[in-house]
Amino acid sequence: MAHEDANLLEMVNITKEFPGVKALDSVNLAVRRGEIHAICGENGAGKSTLMKVLSGVYPAGTYTGDIRYDGSVRRFSGINASEEAGIAIIHQELALIPELSITENIFLGNEITSMGRIDWDEARRRTNELLQRVQLREDPDTPIKYLGVGKQQLVEIAKALEKDVKLLILDEPTAALNEHDSQQLLRLITDLKAEGMTSIMISHKLAEIEQISDSITIIRDGKSIETLSVDGTVDEDRIIRGMVGRTLGNRFPEKSSRIGDVMFEVRDWTVQHPLDTTRLVAKNSSFRVRAGEVVGFAGLMGAGRTELAMSIFGQSYGVKVSGEAFMHGEPAKIRTVKDAIKAGIAYVSEDRKSLGLNLLDTIKRSIVAAKLGRISKGSVVDDLDEARYAEEYRKDLRIKSPTVEAGVDTLSGGNQQKVVLAKWMFTQPELLILDEPTRGIDVGAKAEIYQIIRRLADEGKAIVLISSELPELIGMADRIYTIFEGEITGELDAARVDQETVMRHMAPTQKGHAA
Amino acid sequence: MTADNTKERRGFRASDIWLIFGRRGSLKQLSILGALVIIIMIFQIWTNGTTLSSGNVINLVQAYSFILILSVGMVMVIITGHIDLSVGSVAAFVGIVVATSMRDWGLPWWAGILLGIALGAAIGAFQGFWVAYVGIPAFIVTLAGMMIWRGAQQWVGQAQTVAVPDGFRQALYGYLPEVGPATPYNNLTLLLGLIVVLAIIFFQVRSRAKRKSSGAMLEPVWVVVARTGLLSAVVIYATLLFASGRVGTSFPFSGIILAVLILFYAFLTSRTKIGRHIYAVGGNRRAAELSGVNSRRTDFFVMMNMSTLAGVAGMLWAARAGAAGPGDGTMWELDAIAGVFIGGAAVAGGIGTVFGAVIGGLVMAVLNNGLQLVGVPTDRMQVIKGLVLLVAVGIDVLNKQQGRFSFIGIMMAKLKSGRTGGQLEQPQQTSISDKS
Repeated sequence: MAHEDANLLEMVNITKEFPGVKALDSVNLAVRRGEIHAICGENGAGKSTLMKVLSGVYPAGTYTGDIRYDGSVRRFSGINASEEAGIAIIHQELALIPELSITENIFLGNEITSMGRIDWDEARRRTNELLQRVQLREDPDTPIKYLGVGKQQLVEIAKALEKDVKLLILDEPTAALNEHDSQQLLRLITDLKAEGMTSIMISHKLAEIEQISDSITIIRDGKSIETLSVDGTVDEDRIIRGMVGRTLGNRFPEKSSRIGDVMFEVRDWTVQHPLDTTRLVAKNSSFRVRAGEVVGFAGLMGAGRTELAMSIFGQSYGVKVSGEAFMHGEPAKIRTVKDAIKAGIAYVSEDRKSLGLNLLDTIKRSIVAAKLGRISKGSVVDDLDEARYAEEYRKDLRIKSPTVEAGVDTLSGGNQQKVVLAKWMFTQPELLILDEPTRGIDVGAKAEIYQIIRRLADEGKAIVLISSELPELIGMADRIYTIFEGEITGELDAARVDQETVMRHMAPTQKGHAA
Repeated sequence: MTADNTKERRGFRASDIWLIFGRRGSLKQLSILGALVIIIMIFQIWTNGTTLSSGNVINLVQAYSFILILSVGMVMVIITGHIDLSVGSVAAFVGIVVATSMRDWGLPWWAGILLGIALGAAIGAFQGFWVAYVGIPAFIVTLAGMMIWRGAQQWVGQAQTVAVPDGFRQALYGYLPEVGPATPYNNLTLLLGLIVVLAIIFFQVRSRAKRKSSGAMLEPVWVVVARTGLLSAVVIYATLLFASGRVGTSFPFSGIILAVLILFYAFLTSRTKIGRHIYAVGGNRRAAELSGVNSRRTDFFVMMNMSTLAGVAGMLWAARAGAAGPGDGTMWELDAIAGVFIGGAAVAGGIGTVFGAVIGGLVMAVLNNGLQLVGVPTDRMQVIKGLVLLVAVGIDVLNKQQGRFSFIGIMMAKLKSGRTGGQLEQPQQTSISDKS
C-alpha cells in the first residue's frame, strides 16, 4: 500500500452531503493499477454518488476529502477534466445517438479534423481498430439503432478506449444483457486488464463480480464497510453479508406443492414482427400454466419471450397470425389490453421506466392506473377510495416512501418495481406475467419480490416468470419452458434441472456459453 | 364518531399554512398566483385604481373570457402531448358561419349557438381523426387547420363583417338583470355571490366529513376555517365589484359560462377516468396503452374538445363585437398557448392543470387589458407579453434544475420541505432509499 505507484486511485475520506442527507460518509477506496475493482452495495448505498464525485459530476468543492489519482491529488472541476485525466464512465443508460453510425458516435465531440474538415477515412480506420480491440465485428458505418444493447455497450467501451483511458468505470454494465453478451463483455474487461487497464465495476450480479474482479469494496449506507480481495474464501454469501449487514436467509422462498388445475393455456400462438412480416417472433408456441404454479420462461435476449408475452397481453406487440388462448378451459377473446385486463391477465413489463410507469405520477395514481373502474362510480374517480387502496398496497408490499403522494420518480428501482407490482395486483388478476421482475434491483428488494411472487402463487394465482437469471428461474419456478428463436424448445421440471441443462435448451445450436 | 378515533393533528405548525392552498402539487401554481397578484397590483397602481374598478373588471371578463376558455381546452391538449394552432381560425370560422346562418336562414339565437357548438365539434372531430387515427402530429394537422379555417372563414363571409341578431347578443353578452328591491347593488349578482360562498362552505365541510368517515388523516380545523374564510373573502370582494357597476351592468353571462366551463373541466381532469387517461397518455403513452388506456380515443377527445371550445370562444367574441368579422381570432392561439405554459404545463406533456392554465390565461388577459388601459401601443405590448412568457417559464425551468444556485430555487426548496413536513399522512419510516 505504501508504495506510491501501486494504487492508480485513492479516494480518502470522501464525504458528500445533500440538503438533509449524508450520501457519502468518509468513504475510502483504493484501486491498484491494473486490477478490476468491484464496488458492491444495495441501491442507495452511495455507489453512483461516489462515482459522480470521482468523475467530476459533483465538482471539487462540493464534497470533502481527497482524490489521489495517478500520483497526485486531483480536483476535477467537471466531467471534461476527469476525462482529460483518463477516467471514463460507461453509464447504465447508454449515451449513444441511435441515428448516427458507430464511427460518428465514437468520434462525436472528438472529431479528427484537418483544416476544419472531418477526416472520415481516418476516423473509420481508427474505428475498425477499436472495434477489433473490443471484439465487435460490425461495419463502422452501421447506425447504432441496428445494434443490440450488448453491442452498443461494446461501442461505448470503444469510445472510451479512443480517448486513451486509464481508468474505466462500468456502472452496471451487464444489467441489460443476456448471459451470452454478459460473458462476452466480462471477457473483454478481463482482456483489457491483461493489456494493463484498470477498471472499476459496479454490479448487482455477484456471480460476475466473483468471476472477474480482483478486489471488492463494499459500501453500505454511505460508508465504506470493507475491501475484500477475491481469493477462494470470498463467495456470494460473504458479499451479501457485507452489503446488508447481516446474513440473508434462503434467497428463494420455499416452493409450495399446492398446484391446481390448468388455468391458462395457449395453443399454436404465432406472431409476426411488427415491421418485417417475413419474420416470426413466436412460432406455434403452446404452453400451460396451472393455478398456484410459477412457470419460468428461459431464453436468450431476443429469443421472443417478451414478444410472446406482450402478444398474449392484448396483442401489444407485433401481428398475431394464429393461435388460441384459453382461460379456465374457455376460449378467451383478447384483442386489446383492456380485454386482457378484463380476462384477469396482468403483464409486468421488463422495462418499468418506459413501459411500466408514468414517472410524472404519484405512487397513489400509479397503483390504481390499470383499473380505474375499481375505484370509480360511473366515470368519476373516488379519491378517498383511491387513497385507501394505495395506502393498503404501500403497506402490504412495503414500498419505502413516507406517503403515497410522493412521485414514483423519487423511488429506488426496487420500490418502483413494487409500485408496478402493486399496480397489477390492484387489477385483481388471475394470471400474472412477470417480465424480468428483478432486473436492476438490489439483493434486499429482490428477496422481497420473490416473497411477493411466492405469496401470489400460494393465493392460487398463475404466474409466468420471464427471467434471464437462471438461478432465479430455477429457484422460483415449478416448471421451465425454454425458448429459442421464437420456438418453445423444452419443458423442464425445475426441481430436477441445473443451469447447464436449461442453457442447452435455450441455445440448442450454440455451445458453451454457460459460465 | 367519537373524538378518540379520528386521526387529526393538533397544535399549530407554521408549515401548515401551506395546507390552506391545497394538499399537494399546488405550490407551483401558488407562485404563478403570486405573480398574477403582483401584476394586478402593478397595474392597479399604474392606472390609479382603474384596473380593479367595477367597470374594468366586468369588461375584463367579457373581453378576455375567450383566452381563458381556450387556455382550458389547450391545457388538456398540451398535457396529452399535442398542440393546437388552429383555435383562432376555428373560432373565427364558427363565428362567421353562425352569424351568416342566423342572417340568411333566420335561425333563432339558440339554434345559432347549438349550430356553433356542433360545428366546433365537427371541426375538432376532423382534426382529431388526422391526429389520432392517421397519426399526423397535431402541430402539422392544426397548422393546416389554421390555414384551412381562416381561408374558409373569409370565403363564407366574403371577407365582410356579418352582424349578429340582438337575441344572440343578449344571450352571450348580457348581464344578470335587475330584480327585487332597489339597492346600490345588483341583487342577482349578490345572490350569486352568496350561493358561491355557501357552496364553498358546504364542500369544505363535506370533504372533511368524508375524510373523517373513511378514516383518512384530517387537517387541523383552523386550516379549513382559514381556507374557507380566504376563499369567501375573495368571492365577496369580487361579488361587490361586479354588483356595484354602472346601472344596467352586473356579472356578465359570459362570466357564468366561463365559470361553469372552468369548474367542469377542472373536475374532468382531476376526478374522472378520461382525465386520468389524459395525464397517463401525456406522461408515458406506451405505459398508458399497456395499462389498458385507449390512447387514440384520448387524442381524439382532446382535439375535438379543443375545437368545440374554440367555437364557443368565437361565438362569445362575435356577440360582444355585435358581428363576426374577417380579423376575428387572429393570434388567439398564441395567447392561449402562452397562458398554458405560464400556468406550469410542460412542453413534453404529462404536466399541467386547468387551474394553472386559468391563472396563466388571466396573466395574459390582465396584461392585455392593463397595457391597453395605460395606453401602451400594441407593438410594445407584444414585446412585453413575450418577455413575460419568457421570464415566467424561465423561472419555472430554473426552479426545476437541481444543484445549481438560484435564489428562488432555494426559497422554493425551503417552502417545499416545510410543506412535506406538514403532510397529512401518518409519518412512516421516512427513508426513500435510492437517491444515488
